[in-house]
Amino acid sequence: MSTTAVEATTGVNYLNAKYGIRSWLFTTDHKRIALLYLVSITFFFLIGGAAAVLMRLHLIEPQGALLEPATYNKMFSMHGIIMVFFFLIPSIPAVMGNFLVPMMVGARDLAFPRVNLLSWYIYILGGLFTLYAILAGGVDTGWTFYTPLSTTYANGQVMAAALGIFITGFSSILTGLNFVVTIHKMRAPGLTWFRLPLFIWAMYATSIIQILGTPVVAIAIVLVGLERLLHVGIFDPALGGDPILFQHLFWFYSHPAVYIMILPSMGVVSELITCFSKKRIFGYSFIAFSSVAIAVISFLVWGHHMFVSGQSVYAGLVFSALSFAVAIPSAIKVFNWTATLYKGSVSYQAPMLYALGFIGLFTMGGLTGLFLASLATDIHLHDTYFVIAHFHYIMVGGALMGYLGGLHFWWPKMTGRLYPDGWARFSALVIFIGFNLTFFPQFMLGYLGMPRRYAVYPPEFQVLNVMSSAGASILGVGYLIPLVYFIWSMRYGPVAGPNPWGAKGLEWETPSPPPTENFEELPIVEEEAYAYGVKEARVV
Amino acid sequence: MSPHIIPKRTYFLIFAALIGLTALTTYAATVDLGRLNTVIALLIAACKGSLVALFFMHLRWSGRLTQIVAVAALFWLAILLALTLSDYRTRRWTPAAEGWATSSNQFNR
Amino acid sequence: MSEGRAAALGEQFEDLEQQHEASSLGMWVFLATEIMFFGGLFAGYTVYRGLYLPGFEAGSHLLNVKLGAFNTAVLLCSSLTMALAVRAAMLGRRRELVTFLILTILLGLTFVGVKMAFEWHHDYEEHLVPGIDFVSEGPNGRAIELFFVFYFFMTGVHALHMVIGIAILAVLTWQASQGRFGPERYNPVEMAGLYWHFVDVIWIFLFPLLYLIGAHH
Repeated sequence: MSTTAVEATTGVNYLNAKYGIRSWLFTTDHKRIALLYLVSITFFFLIGGAAAVLMRLHLIEPQGALLEPATYNKMFSMHGIIMVFFFLIPSIPAVMGNFLVPMMVGARDLAFPRVNLLSWYIYILGGLFTLYAILAGGVDTGWTFYTPLSTTYANGQVMAAALGIFITGFSSILTGLNFVVTIHKMRAPGLTWFRLPLFIWAMYATSIIQILGTPVVAIAIVLVGLERLLHVGIFDPALGGDPILFQHLFWFYSHPAVYIMILPSMGVVSELITCFSKKRIFGYSFIAFSSVAIAVISFLVWGHHMFVSGQSVYAGLVFSALSFAVAIPSAIKVFNWTATLYKGSVSYQAPMLYALGFIGLFTMGGLTGLFLASLATDIHLHDTYFVIAHFHYIMVGGALMGYLGGLHFWWPKMTGRLYPDGWARFSALVIFIGFNLTFFPQFMLGYLGMPRRYAVYPPEFQVLNVMSSAGASILGVGYLIPLVYFIWSMRYGPVAGPNPWGAKGLEWETPSPPPTENFEELPIVEEEAYAYGVKEARVV
Repeated sequence: MSPHIIPKRTYFLIFAALIGLTALTTYAATVDLGRLNTVIALLIAACKGSLVALFFMHLRWSGRLTQIVAVAALFWLAILLALTLSDYRTRRWTPAAEGWATSSNQFNR
Repeated sequence: MSEGRAAALGEQFEDLEQQHEASSLGMWVFLATEIMFFGGLFAGYTVYRGLYLPGFEAGSHLLNVKLGAFNTAVLLCSSLTMALAVRAAMLGRRRELVTFLILTILLGLTFVGVKMAFEWHHDYEEHLVPGIDFVSEGPNGRAIELFFVFYFFMTGVHALHMVIGIAILAVLTWQASQGRFGPERYNPVEMAGLYWHFVDVIWIFLFPLLYLIGAHH
């Protein structure tokens, strides 16, 4: 511990404690691994984003402006695969979770630091297979790999892409495992469950899904590979198999996977809302338990993806009712966040703008989800742009806004530097406007009946499609601005100091950037989370 | 940290019980009991699995948290099986589902 | 804190008890993942068994129950020796630990050997391997093929777990012979034991589901 004291006084931190590429590639420091993930997922985000740009450009004209139909199919497949498995699922858990979970619970590192590094290498290995699949000809199955298309009819690199996803799944499992053990066993003295930041509760709930859901999609993908390789009839109806079984196994994971993306964002938003309202969170235990409730209920609703697949309508009834149930804990969170804002001293700094944007867009996404959870309306809306718009409101309007909000919030902690706040607020606004212009027209397109995954469309849909493409270009600019000023800030940004936002939480009690061992001495926690404004009232 | 040492005798007793149950399930399978065959086989397997988990894996002496993890895993497995079967068990209830089932069950006839 | 204790403690932990609890919990959480991994296979098996019961019973009838039961006994026996190995590690009895670990490895090798040399090889000669040269005529042919798809995949994944387990135990045996374990550092042996018993439990369910459903015909 004496070395840490020396580090703190001499300005040595986790970034400059060691130099050289080896000190990064062989690090077991959770903070450095978080940065490795940050760089990797940003790389994949740019690739997935490029695919989206090409798609939206193509859809400017009804007959398609740019791509061959087969190429278009590969574009939306790669967009989905990369954005879901290589950006959104690792985004907040692997970057912010890795960086913050040990600091928030007052530990020196995660419980299994070497496993943590291993999970990054596994992620990279899976990513390489997927990149190979793109370069060697692409995949046209969509990110869902539905059988028998993926097993029998699809050409292209299905095996490589499937292998990439299979491998990356283990990275996700190991991250979740590490978090669960850390949260259970590594909390600082006095840090009881109900003193934990809500971000930790959200990460815990996310980890449950990663641990219990991912292996099932792994086995489903192996079965697809097996059938493709050996032509055995696991999912092929011509050989006695049932293609719908694949959908069951796939969505058993992939529906909860939506909550792997959104739950961490909800955790981030809970942190942001309290910090920038300078107020205790309203209904702490409700938000905490609603995270766990979402994790559990998310496993009971997967059949709502299969209402028109040939699944029994009686099972559909059950899945529909259960899907409505998941709206309850989600709504509880939204109500508690808004109640927290009430009579708070709200300041609109960049992270807060993202958080407020999240609340609005997530509510839109959630409510339109109810349309899709109803059996009757889903028959009309299934596989239309309504679905696309709905889940982009959740995954981009929700998950990505939360990710960006969190990145803006903890960037000074991670790098020790501040970014230009004016530009950050401007980009938050640009992203909000661009996002809505991109995806709101898609609700209308879907309602009017335009199916998803088609390279051409009837001319009467052109106006809405052009609006959507225009919005996408605004959105693209909105994403590039932070990329520029974040990189700029690492060298030229003003020094942040340990706690630029006046926030509560253990991670703000160490220097920025933190020393390698996080805390000079392990903290002892004596107050609840978000004790904004209560210190004066308390007699110490 | 003092490890929980269990007498060797306990391990041998559990082992004997496991071998006995294996013999029992192998014998029970040769008797035609209709659908009960599967039920009995799975019950015996559950007993054997529980013995291994409780004694060999020390679940009986583990903390509450470890026990919750084990039970949670089984609970999630139950979710997977129950909701998947809720589809397959009710497909034949509607005429539309019947049509699908006959075409795919052609290998039975 | 003695020197042995200090060496056994990872720097992220406060004390050995925290480290032991963390690794034990981590192992159990990993086993929960494994349960769901096999769970996907069990779900697929259950669905097709429900759809094609006669075919699955006919397929099961083609397996050798005696070899299956023998292997079950071998695996249970290896679980016993593994449990005794963990006990020896906790008590710090080095020779006993090495002996039981080697016994466990030998029993594990016996299981895999019987599986490959007798059962799978026999199935191959009988043209029962789907995807390679499966031949089964008759009304249930396709269903029997599906049964064998699940049979080979489930026992294959299980055997893979056995091989990984044997490799881990081999490393532990070497470390144990070097005197790396004692009453203060037996975590690795205990964790490997949990894994080994888990693989045993999977087989306890595979045996009746695969070998016994056709036995009464």
